[in-house]
Amino acid sequence: MEKNIIIKVCMGTGGVASGGEEVLAKFREMITESNLNAKISSNCHAQKVGCRGFCSKDVLVDVIVDDVKTTYKHIKPDMVERIFNEHVINGVPVNEWLAGPEYNNFHDKQTKVVLSHCGDIDPEDIDSYIAVGGYNAAKKAVLEMAPEEIVNIIKNSNLRGRGGAGFPTGLKWELGLRIKSDVKYVICNGDEGDPGAFMDRSVMEGDPHSVIEGMIICAKATQSNSGYIYVRAEYPLAVKRLQMAIEQCLMKNFLGNNIFGSDFSFDLKIFQGAGAFVCGEATALMRSIEGKRGMPSPKLWRSAERGLWDKPTVLNNVETFANVPKIILNGANWYRKLGTERSGGTKVFSLSGKVRNTGLVEVPLGISLREIIYDIGGGIEGGKNFKAVQTGGPSGGCIPAELLDTEVDYESLARAGSIMGSGGMVVLDENTCMVNTAKFFLEFTQAESCGKCTPCRIGTKRMLEILERITSGKGKDGDIELLEELGNHIRATSLCGLGMTAANPVLSTLKYFRDEYIAHIKEKRCPAAVCRDLITFTIIEELCKGCGSCKRVCPADAIRGTRKSPHRIDKELCIKCGSCFDACKFKAILKV
Amino acid sequence: MEETLKKILKTYHENSGNIITILQDIEKNFGHIPEEAVNWFAKKLDIPASRFYGVATFYSQFHLKPRGKNIITVCRGTACHVKGSERLINRLCLELDIPEGEETTSDLKFTVEKVNCIGACGIAPVTLINNTVHGRMTIDKLIKEIKKIKSE
Repeated sequence: MEKNIIIKVCMGTGGVASGGEEVLAKFREMITESNLNAKISSNCHAQKVGCRGFCSKDVLVDVIVDDVKTTYKHIKPDMVERIFNEHVINGVPVNEWLAGPEYNNFHDKQTKVVLSHCGDIDPEDIDSYIAVGGYNAAKKAVLEMAPEEIVNIIKNSNLRGRGGAGFPTGLKWELGLRIKSDVKYVICNGDEGDPGAFMDRSVMEGDPHSVIEGMIICAKATQSNSGYIYVRAEYPLAVKRLQMAIEQCLMKNFLGNNIFGSDFSFDLKIFQGAGAFVCGEATALMRSIEGKRGMPSPKLWRSAERGLWDKPTVLNNVETFANVPKIILNGANWYRKLGTERSGGTKVFSLSGKVRNTGLVEVPLGISLREIIYDIGGGIEGGKNFKAVQTGGPSGGCIPAELLDTEVDYESLARAGSIMGSGGMVVLDENTCMVNTAKFFLEFTQAESCGKCTPCRIGTKRMLEILERITSGKGKDGDIELLEELGNHIRATSLCGLGMTAANPVLSTLKYFRDEYIAHIKEKRCPAAVCRDLITFTIIEELCKGCGSCKRVCPADAIRGTRKSPHRIDKELCIKCGSCFDACKFKAILKV
Repeated sequence: MEETLKKILKTYHENSGNIITILQDIEKNFGHIPEEAVNWFAKKLDIPASRFYGVATFYSQFHLKPRGKNIITVCRGTACHVKGSERLINRLCLELDIPEGEETTSDLKFTVEKVNCIGACGIAPVTLINNTVHGRMTIDKLIKEIKKIKSE
């Protein structure tokens, strides 16, 4: 009997961290050992796949027997043998390890365009991509389509820049095509710096060829012959897989001279960033490729006119490029209909924080925040209450519970005081302090400010000092007003996007969670019990069993007491690390 | 040292590199950017050393001081922050006796660093121990890992 068996092991950064490599190696070992080809004369192989998005359940493993797919969750190397013997050899799935309905719910409500092949194909093998129709769009664009034709399709599809600003991609390409120059560049911005965002990483790791294919199509449409993919230093796996993908393309003549046998040539290189958030800004990114400090410049020209080395340059985000091959193959109408009137298609979000199902989520634009967090994300972790959702990273804002029905698109999120941004979506629960959150983001932008313009360099520093004062119990009357005044000035007068949006996390939390600021300033109290200087830990004598767990974990030796009698915390010595609070099984430690 | 620098210079010429790629190669080979290396290149390429310094201090990937043998990187992304990464750093510095404002232990055995976000938010809080990603980190797990390294 001939059986076709494929085993797919999730090997994105999340999968690898949870032990994906060991799991895959074990499957491969079992296949070789069992001499399966001879035994049941079936075709069996195990392969790695990129991130399928559901990182909280890693390592995920698919066992596909004659096209029937079964998914397992939380697989460890020592579980492989049983799956192999019972399922692969004898055909009976191991029921207790199945991913179950939660896995299906997570995926059923999504519409996968960009992520359609992530988690399905082997990202290190170009043939795996070609087998699902890969490079057909590029071939069509290069061999059969005129540049104007490609530009028109992208314009009609209503695709907007997925990096966050939402500039219509077709218009950018049209300008790139119109400007005449002997040298033009196409750049892919893979400097995904927003903390809490990992869509681009997953695409570069899980489906690197889709990005390259999108860039080839863009190169043809704008008539440019060289390109760069700028990847952050923090994504070594993405760099490795893109590098492999480029080499494979060169061998197949999909990149290089006279690609696909045409008279069009396109040369593509990777440039690895060196760790600077501001390099996600287009002009700063181009200075970085030139080997300089990545400082933004005033936008006197569009990049499409004067960009890298002062040559016309079209720069798009990873996700934007990954959409392009699908639009060329399925048509502009198909893509436009997926989204709202003003923005076509889907958007990938990285859902993380205090939500049950963390991972990547691809949804049509126009879906509500509630649907993403509750229907796909499965609600709040540990039965806690929802407090806010932070979108758009350090440039975005916090959206409170009363606005959960806000539609997700560029304009609605901006009206709610946040931004769509690159797609980070961090869920905050009742145990999150909003002043601390605002301080966290400002610490980030202040450290990453390049220092070129004064409002950003000095303004964010002063705002941060005020927030530090408030969270350490030294807040004064008038601090809130001062924060607002400074924030508005920085927004109005900064040179680049980093400064213009730096105050957003503070301004949006001030708008929706002003009472928390007031509690910190007037009552010297942190309602969520997070800010270290404002909380104390005390042992409730009636509940303490004297087990000594807290004493053992205390790094400051601040807990006194003998076994089986109530313990006590020495407030002078306590460093408020919270270890005792976590260690106590009897909830005898009070944190206020 | 000179041999290594010559090799880096060769790849610089072959791949039409720039200051950033040179510094990346120096960092890869020496673990930090030694002053001598910069001066050597400044002379060879006739580029002022100040330009190297300007670039090296701009990007967080470059380190001017020698770093520890073992590098523990704590992710400070938003998801990791709300799941308690700040506590991990505080405890690490306490455990390894690293003074405030410093990153490396005096015996050069450990360096504790922060990274903005490594994009593994689904398994927050995340820590890299000598470049291996560890998800869902707790203080207990971290202390165990440190003990393991110390005893090696």
